[in-house]
Amino acid sequence: MDFELSEEHKMVEQMVYDFARNEILPTIREHDRNGTFPHDLLPKMAAQGFMGICLPVRYDGAGMDFISLGLLSEGLEWADSSVRETIAVHLGLHALPIFQWGTEEQKKRFLPALATGEHIACFGLTEPGAGSDVAAMTSRARKKGDTYLVSGEKMWITLSDVADRFLVFAKTSQEEGTRGITAFLLERGWDGLTTGTIKGKMGVRASNTGWINMDEVPVPETHRLGEEGEGFKIAMSCLDNARYTVAAGAVGMMKYCLEASVSYARQRKTFGQPIGDHQLVKQLIAQMKQRIDLGELAVRKVGWLKNRGVRNTRETSMAKWYCTESAFATASDAVQVHGAYGYSDEYDVERHLRNSKSAVIYEGTSQIHQLMQADYVFGNRTDRPLRCEMPAFDPDYWQN
Amino acid sequence: MNIIALVKQTPDTAQLSAAMDGMRLSAEGGPRIVNPWDEYTLETAIQTREEHGGKVTALCLGPPEAADALKTALAMGVDEAILVSDPVMADSDCLTSARILVAAIRRIGAFDLIVGGRAAIDGNTAATAVQIAALLGVPLVSYVADLKSLDPSARTITAVRLLERARETVTSRLPALITVVKEINEPRYPSLIGIRKAARASIPVWKCEDLGLDASAVGAGASKVAWQAELPPIREANVEMIDGGPEDAARILVDRLIEEKVI
Repeated sequence: MDFELSEEHKMVEQMVYDFARNEILPTIREHDRNGTFPHDLLPKMAAQGFMGICLPVRYDGAGMDFISLGLLSEGLEWADSSVRETIAVHLGLHALPIFQWGTEEQKKRFLPALATGEHIACFGLTEPGAGSDVAAMTSRARKKGDTYLVSGEKMWITLSDVADRFLVFAKTSQEEGTRGITAFLLERGWDGLTTGTIKGKMGVRASNTGWINMDEVPVPETHRLGEEGEGFKIAMSCLDNARYTVAAGAVGMMKYCLEASVSYARQRKTFGQPIGDHQLVKQLIAQMKQRIDLGELAVRKVGWLKNRGVRNTRETSMAKWYCTESAFATASDAVQVHGAYGYSDEYDVERHLRNSKSAVIYEGTSQIHQLMQADYVFGNRTDRPLRCEMPAFDPDYWQN
Repeated sequence: MNIIALVKQTPDTAQLSAAMDGMRLSAEGGPRIVNPWDEYTLETAIQTREEHGGKVTALCLGPPEAADALKTALAMGVDEAILVSDPVMADSDCLTSARILVAAIRRIGAFDLIVGGRAAIDGNTAATAVQIAALLGVPLVSYVADLKSLDPSARTITAVRLLERARETVTSRLPALITVVKEINEPRYPSLIGIRKAARASIPVWKCEDLGLDASAVGAGASKVAWQAELPPIREANVEMIDGGPEDAARILVDRLIEEKVI
């Protein structure tokens, strides 16, 4: 058993945190206040290779492993959840599914522009009336010759108004429930495809969240991902990627909250001594550190499983559930340590608390994850092999 | 273009703490970084290669852990990295360090341009690069804020020097040594692909015998300057928020200032 990060991982960690400190922190508070998307960050992230960090070099990715994807997510969310969300969606929910489920032709056609950030991509599963209950989706696709006509509305879609590419799910069969869902790759500019932005979010205000409307959008058969009816399995496998980045990101947020709280607790005095000397503040700090240590272990284990090509749906769900709930508690405790100042947006912990609430809802609510975990324990849920499994990380394949 | 980038690893002065071993590097000595001025060195060298072709060799004198600084240089994009490290070289002063580095530069072979930072943040003498230029007998253009032009065929370089109250444009022949200031560029981050290469790179370590140097010609014994560094006192600052209305707060503030003997 080896808990040590490799030299390569340590360099990635250092670089990502430097990037977050120098490029994200100086402007993110204003973006959050104004609800604006930091467009200028995308080319910088792309230049660093972030947009395709764990895609193979043969598809213009950086050829790094899944531990590196976790470190990237952690470092970005140390600064702000919105920036990590971009990676979660673009890479975890769009590019990686193409890598896992796409034909070789699709991989060669779509992945390079995604890996280099030339195209920004999103994922459309949730609908106004169908969130956790995916089978309730009403989006439809009917085949006409070698084209599908896709109609429907997607809601709460991260990057919907920023993306050039869309992975959306629609029913090609009405009778078969989740087995009637098919995945499609849409492109901005196609007839019948419109997007918009949702205003008034509680947190992650520097991220773009919105809707996608599809009105008989003609989608060539070449843009169907996987087989007809395989959409639900594809969507669930996508979540194994994105939930991992969410969990890792939550660890990063907790680390920021702890650093800020320790710094504040050392300098703020009450009753003649730094508040860090008061036992109940110490308790808050200790609990933060406990959550970070345990969360980091859960995340690193998932990264290790992914590197080995082992199915990790249960472990990823556990890490996501634990880390996001822990981040919510930790950000709340950090605000508590900061007292009234923590309630002001002059301090970043306030922004982290608002951001942290979103992650216990998206990518499966905490309640869904608890049901999943219980079902695994009772034997009501098992993960059957997929037609296309995410391969184990093989440096020779990834980097040549 | 054969370019040599002089790189030093220094303590992270932004994180000075009582745990540090003076200003020297040691395993317990606190966080260590690439000398911040040398980040501009590396960026200048890499940009010059990108424009004119050739090769950048990063050269560092220091203890074995200074290899980390060279890994960063490789991850940023230099082609080769060489660490000059020998226990007998410890505590060399600037001139002795310059002599060691000159021996290493001669071993590297022909060069067109040597780039260094304006100083290292630990000793802050800004002397070593100057001494290297003198020992090599090449022109020195220091405090370069802008590389106006470099003509490999005419073998000239034109640079703008940042002086205290002026900017001076200088044209020099090549080979030359320049030292750069932070106005010259914005250093890049190591890229992921660079990190992959750097993590696998094996960095050669040159010792006295590799450079034809006698142990008596290096280290503290061969140096005229001995160092005794003192850490700045650790500043203990506190923030105290005074509650209450303006009049009450002002009264409390005045009391506190008198109490602290500020007024």
